[in-house]
Amino acid sequence: MDNSEKLLIVKDITKVFSRGSLLSRVNLTAVNNVSFEMEANKPEIFAIVGESGSGKTTLARIILHLVEPTSGHILYRGKDVTEIKSKKEKIEFMLAVQPIFQNPFETFNPLKRIVTYLYETALNYKIANKSNLDKFVDDVLALIGLSIQEVRDRYPHEFSGGQLQRLSIARALIVGPSLLIADEPVSMLDVSLRMSIVNLFKELKNNHDVSIIYITHDLATAYYISDRIAIMFRGNVVELGPVEAVLTRPLHPYTRVLKEAIPEPTPTKKWSGKIDFSAIEIEEFSRVGCKFAGRCPSVMEICKKEEPKSSFVDGRMVKCWLYK
Amino acid sequence: MIILQIDRVKAYYKTNAYGTQRTVKAVDNVSLEVEKDETFGIAGESSCGKSTLIKVISGTIKPPLTIIEGKVIYNFGNESIYIGKVDGQEKIEKVTWEKVSYIPQSSMSVLNPVMKVRDIFYDLLKSHQKLMEKEAFEKTMKEHLNSLGLPIGVLDSYPHQLSGGMKQRAIIALATIFKPRVILADEPTSALDVVVQRSVLQLLKEIQNENRNTLILVTHDMSILANMANRIGIMYAGKIVEVAKVEDIFENPMHPYTKFLINSIPRIGDKSDRLSIPGFPPNLADPPNGCRFHPRCPYAMDICKEKSPLLCDVTEGHKVACFLTSEESENGQQ
Amino acid sequence: MFNIIKDLFKYDGRFRFSLITLLCIVFFALLSFWSPYDPSSSYYVPSNIPPGAKYLFGTNSRGQDIFWMMTFAIKNSLVFGIITALLSRILAIFVGLISGYKGGIIDRVLMSINDSFIVLPLLPILILLKFIIGKMELSTLALVMAVFGWSWDARLIRSQVLSLRERDFTYTSVFSGMGTLKIALKEYFPFIIPIVLATTVNNMLWSLGMEMTLAILGLSAIHISTIGTTIYWANQHQALISGVWWWLAFPIIISIFLFLALYLLSVSLSEYLDPRFRIQQTRV
Repeated sequence: MDNSEKLLIVKDITKVFSRGSLLSRVNLTAVNNVSFEMEANKPEIFAIVGESGSGKTTLARIILHLVEPTSGHILYRGKDVTEIKSKKEKIEFMLAVQPIFQNPFETFNPLKRIVTYLYETALNYKIANKSNLDKFVDDVLALIGLSIQEVRDRYPHEFSGGQLQRLSIARALIVGPSLLIADEPVSMLDVSLRMSIVNLFKELKNNHDVSIIYITHDLATAYYISDRIAIMFRGNVVELGPVEAVLTRPLHPYTRVLKEAIPEPTPTKKWSGKIDFSAIEIEEFSRVGCKFAGRCPSVMEICKKEEPKSSFVDGRMVKCWLYK
Repeated sequence: MIILQIDRVKAYYKTNAYGTQRTVKAVDNVSLEVEKDETFGIAGESSCGKSTLIKVISGTIKPPLTIIEGKVIYNFGNESIYIGKVDGQEKIEKVTWEKVSYIPQSSMSVLNPVMKVRDIFYDLLKSHQKLMEKEAFEKTMKEHLNSLGLPIGVLDSYPHQLSGGMKQRAIIALATIFKPRVILADEPTSALDVVVQRSVLQLLKEIQNENRNTLILVTHDMSILANMANRIGIMYAGKIVEVAKVEDIFENPMHPYTKFLINSIPRIGDKSDRLSIPGFPPNLADPPNGCRFHPRCPYAMDICKEKSPLLCDVTEGHKVACFLTSEESENGQQ
Repeated sequence: MFNIIKDLFKYDGRFRFSLITLLCIVFFALLSFWSPYDPSSSYYVPSNIPPGAKYLFGTNSRGQDIFWMMTFAIKNSLVFGIITALLSRILAIFVGLISGYKGGIIDRVLMSINDSFIVLPLLPILILLKFIIGKMELSTLALVMAVFGWSWDARLIRSQVLSLRERDFTYTSVFSGMGTLKIALKEYFPFIIPIVLATTVNNMLWSLGMEMTLAILGLSAIHISTIGTTIYWANQHQALISGVWWWLAFPIIISIFLFLALYLLSVSLSEYLDPRFRIQQTRV
């Protein structure tokens, strides 16, 4: 299997943060042995779902080369991202992989006009030159439903959150990337606005050959656009597989808890039963064995002693002692 | 019995900085009635004015927010609270937390970071002139937390030691300690994870079951209201465009905006294409003439560009403000 | 730029006052180019004449026309203050930006140098310098003050840059292909302009005050006419005791107005330029 046929290989990535002073250090494993792959010639939307503290944002930053992993490798088209040092390699990488951040109001400098970022991106990567700059930017803006006249003289505070997020996507699209890492791109938008961004992602995958890693805690939109999904809990990927299977027939108890917690937009199907809320976060992180053992409805003795290994069941990967 | 009556309230933000005057018409001619013991949801996108509406209802009206017209009246049987204009002057009667409590948006940052939760609670009690012995106070506190299913350890913690969900639940405990008759919750779960969100909403529901209070819940997430509310009011650009029972809103939405809202909610198990609402929400400092939704409405007619439709009954308990269903328009200019 | 001045002038009383006062003072300083007398000469008019029609500010015990002496004094003081402020700004911005953005060992080295300068006691060093150099030139003094005046503000700028570095738009700039220098200048500079402006005026106030203090003690360039040296010579000739109050009154009054105007200018400008004010969003 030739490595360069894979767009992205994430192999055994682990990130440990040390907190505390000389005398009392606490080690927090934010990301624990995460691995997955994405194909090169088949654009897909890969969702990574988890709550806060699951490690998904740390994982995103590692893939973007903003944070160094403690161990493991990220291979983009066969090249090891963690070993990028020279400016030329960095530019090559950024031409192919671009981020979309969570907070649309922070993505741009509030004191500068947004169009400056579009110009900078186009000029710095030599995608356009001064003579065709405006036309080029206008074409990219058309993809997201805006025009250069509407954007040119305005500052970030003159746009709504949804528009800002679309502009952020436009900026990323200028370089013609193959992979977009979208870190909670719709969490700060109203539910009614999420659809427009998420539909845009669908279109990018179908018509522009862009693969997207879609990180979110919103299971409904993850179901709507992604092909595969990974569920993360306290640093571990507990279930990974085709989104239809994982979300309609969840195997891991945590996936089930997540699914039940989503409010259904149907008044006749209200929540039933009570839900258990978690103990203090640090306790769960430092737990020996399976991190979910504290509130798992199907907990067994072995869960409290040993971390479960991954197994393949029903077309997907699950990390749970129930399926050994 | 109607416990809260909002009567044609107009509340604008008026700012004047270095010669630039700006009037943001956040709440423009809103009328609503809330029944006792019901859960009433107010839904709408960000910057539609719903937070301002809640601020007006809770009596926290500070410049640059001013009430231009209209009044808000609480009716508790033997007494009432009046907020509004009398003879051109603003009259805002004090809204105490014994009757009406208010959980503001991003209230997690409302807790004083240098005080322990216990001291914050004590402060609140003191400000309501409920001085008690430390022991009686401890007992009341512990009982209250127990009844809500919260760990007592919360009292001894500083706010930064608690997780987001725990802080929110502590604030709800704070807001319900006097067993208020009306609870106003402004986006109580917007920054929280899915599982924590459910537990917070569960908590609000339990409190309502036990104390029989009225809950007004403001959010942009219609699915939450599907689970929690009895009736829903849809707000758009400072105006209420539809009011109905929750089942009617979801099964038979009549206003074009409501229809878009309902159709844009993704559901697990259904991968069919969904349309998002076209266009962008209007700038409330300079809203469109006539019906404020007409620039984005696929059914816009000529009259929609000139006159603003009035919110009126279409069927029993179902009100809509749209020229598709009624000919009546609001008097005066927009 | 012009709009800013127009807006501020119309609506901010402090700005009106300070702008008018400063313009008057500068005009006064410019009059020195038309002075009929050489500032270093003395005994060319009758001494100790109180202010009147012939001699607007009166004359002093050295036979000099105080009005024309003050024009030179103000000019020299202003030039001194501006040069010190400008030089120390350049140093402060440079060190603050590089230190804040680069971090690591560069930051540590620069900050150690910075802290050493903060800690050094200025007055004793200036006194020492005077005794070593002997005849102190105003330009030398300006240089020394500039070297001491950058450290506080460099730290201020650095802390602003540190917080800006963690914001998302820094990452957006990195992924837009912008290099370190570009980011520091184009992205961060607009944020530090308010700090720079406010500290410029503060710095001027400080250096002018310092110069006056030194001059009164006789440690500045006493052969050059500045506000401080005027007071020095007045004290040398025991002006207060001999009743020549106008020799002291005018430099003191003018310096009070100057300081007041500079302070109000800095306050009204920085309030106007505060980024939070500029991007004011009304929450609805």
